[in-house]
Amino acid sequence: MKVEQTIERCRELIAEPLGAIAERWKESHPGGRAVACFPVWSPAEVIHAGGMLPLGLLGAGATVELTHADSRFQSFVCSIAKSSLELGFQGLLKGVDGLVFSNICDVARNLSSIYKRNFPHFHVDYLHLAQNSTSGGVADYMADELRRLARGFEEAFGVRVTEPSLAKSIELYNAIRARIRGLYAFRIAEPQKLSTVELYQILRAATQAPPEEALSRLDDLAAELPAREGRPKDRIRVVVEGAFCEQPPLGLLEVLEEAGCYIVEDDLFLGWRWFTSDVPADGDPFRALGQSYVDRAVPSCTRHEGREPRAKGLIEKVRRSRADAVIFTPPKFCEPALFDFVPMRQGLEREGIPHLLVEFEEKMWTFERTRNEIETFVESMLFD
Amino acid sequence: MPAEVKERQYQGKVHQLSRDMMNAWMAQLARANETGEPTGAIMISGNCVELLRAFDIHPIFPEVTALQNAIRHQSLPLILKAEEVGYSSDNCAYVKADMGLFLSGGMGPGTKMPYPTVTLCNYVGCNVYVKWFEHLAAATGSELFMLDVPFLRTSEPTAADVRYVVKQIEELIAVLERISKKKFDIDKLREILAYSARAEEGYARSKDLCKGSPAPFDSFFDAINMMGPINVLRGTREAADFFDEAVKEFEGMVAEGVGPLSEERFRMVVEGPPPYPYYRSFRNLFTKWGAVAVASTYSTVGGIWEWGFRHDPARPLESIAEQMLTENLTNRSIVARYGQIKRYVEEWKADCLVIHSIKSCRLFSAGQGDMREYFTKELGVPTLLVESDLEDPRYYAEAQLRNRIDAFFESLEHKKLVAA
Ligand code: SF4
Ligand code: SF4
Repeated sequence: MKVEQTIERCRELIAEPLGAIAERWKESHPGGRAVACFPVWSPAEVIHAGGMLPLGLLGAGATVELTHADSRFQSFVCSIAKSSLELGFQGLLKGVDGLVFSNICDVARNLSSIYKRNFPHFHVDYLHLAQNSTSGGVADYMADELRRLARGFEEAFGVRVTEPSLAKSIELYNAIRARIRGLYAFRIAEPQKLSTVELYQILRAATQAPPEEALSRLDDLAAELPAREGRPKDRIRVVVEGAFCEQPPLGLLEVLEEAGCYIVEDDLFLGWRWFTSDVPADGDPFRALGQSYVDRAVPSCTRHEGREPRAKGLIEKVRRSRADAVIFTPPKFCEPALFDFVPMRQGLEREGIPHLLVEFEEKMWTFERTRNEIETFVESMLFD
Repeated sequence: MPAEVKERQYQGKVHQLSRDMMNAWMAQLARANETGEPTGAIMISGNCVELLRAFDIHPIFPEVTALQNAIRHQSLPLILKAEEVGYSSDNCAYVKADMGLFLSGGMGPGTKMPYPTVTLCNYVGCNVYVKWFEHLAAATGSELFMLDVPFLRTSEPTAADVRYVVKQIEELIAVLERISKKKFDIDKLREILAYSARAEEGYARSKDLCKGSPAPFDSFFDAINMMGPINVLRGTREAADFFDEAVKEFEGMVAEGVGPLSEERFRMVVEGPPPYPYYRSFRNLFTKWGAVAVASTYSTVGGIWEWGFRHDPARPLESIAEQMLTENLTNRSIVARYGQIKRYVEEWKADCLVIHSIKSCRLFSAGQGDMREYFTKELGVPTLLVESDLEDPRYYAEAQLRNRIDAFFESLEHKKLVAA
């Protein structure tokens, strides 16, 4: 399949409600179960190992009007929490059987139990992912936590999550992540051949489809992309940082590129490409996966990293991707992103790396002001 | 409207005693600053202050510093200072006021509040804690220990949760030994925990007395007099003695049939923290209606003692772990909190629920609309939801609050009349 056709297919998948994707999958998997994961990281492997379909629950963008959720969550709460709840109220998750949340922030935490209260027919689990990365007890704890998740699925759905099946699923997701790392490396090398708007759709589609299908699409792309035409433009290279949970509207990414940026690194869909290298497939797979959450993790605003200063990971990213600047894109009201902005900005300033702050909301639909801001920023850098 | 209700100036002993004890603690910190004795920054929620005490490490509570600045109307300049360096208007203002204090040079060597030797993040529920203490450790150059307490996501903590927390407590003890240059003495910890248990007993007993009518104190507004001793000074003989005094005073008031107001007309349960910058004005809005908080969730952030949990000197580390995991408000889900409030409404015989929604604190507030839905629609409990902030005075709109509160109690009064 040609690159353009593959991306078109991704676009179609993203436009479908999550429930519809789950229902369609179930037609060919009678009795199957679908489990949606709220950002940032969830062990999709554990879901897949039980023969279930893992999906990404990523809010509703501008596709639904809030008719119930905004009376449950106040005005100062981020949009993804509200729109994800609204999907439940409007029945758009019909077909999804389970939901997984984790301790990324206080909003996600409360959302998890409110989901369970309002929609008792979902099997809702809440993972406490370790924040102490140096304790001697952390690997055991994480292994036990993933086992607990698996047992919950077994009890709720009558599925079986065995060690061999988990090891297999880990291998499958390792392969997907390796392809994604490949795409990211490709974009760093030749950003003119793969725009971020495209890469975004490819990634998002991988969270809305069976992993086997996602992998074959990623393989097609890996084969086709190098031959693609693309002339370098006069743009600055930027890292986009802050959109690890609520997702920016496609229009915002478009504007960023059109206004003169090559996005060469980002933290979009961070959880679906969490590991910097393959999760080991030998030994106890629960332990391997749990320990990898801590030891092989990408830097994230939602995970405490010991004494590592917050800015270090970002500066490394800038260097590795040969970026000229950072565009901070925290979702409106997102505490983890907004808190980390402070030390990250300080770090960039110490290193003399230019940066710009562009707050967004998933439901935003006019970008003219943002376009002006970015154009001014880009011009100031190009003609410096 | 019936004759206006007034606040009785009863608060004599408990209020004064609490103030004296908190001042003595601040003076100790100032001295520690001069003598170079070790200090440890720690959070209020489900804390393990006893462990610091076992090594004679003076506890610093940045939340208490922040709220004291708010009560003294000094928080806004600090918040603005923090916003100047990039903190967002949407970040918890407790953190901003605290970081603003550092940026203003108001904390640290040479000032009354010392830099912490160790920054002990007891991550009990609130995710902002992690950020706050990361920033605090970076600003002060102090050693950071992240005590990761798994959130209570099953009805009981799992065996793995308990093992993980106990393991970390053991690792923390090694760090504290190094910092304090003292060997860990389990008997000293047991003694401290016995004082804790005595204070917990007294606090629980005081709250229990509020089941009577009139309640002897306001379990939201007056509870802060007790929250200092129970959360900050827990584990000391002074705190244990304080609660003996408090119980005596409250029992006396019950015998006399007097409460904090000249008349108790409405019994309310209050959910959420108070607006510290306008503590008095906010209180007055309820006083005039004769509304007394007979129970509150805020008073349980450090620990829920009213259901019977006590630290156990016979099981020192395990009981510290249990308190952090289950026996405090912040490490439980918001929906579990509905259950806590429901019990208050029933057992403390409240007429209504007042939800004070705090912009800064999403741990408390995110989803309180759902809570209102549950109490009004499913339980039929009259519920009022008002919004402001616990630290940032810019979010306090007195006229709007007054209108909402007046309308709510007017309608409650009407209902009472009709029912009578
Ligand atoms: S966008 Fe930020 S605040 Fe909202 S749920 Fe995600 S991490 Fe939490
Ligand atoms: S979010 Fe709430 S609990 Fe957390 S630090 Fe701020 S005020 Fe305290």
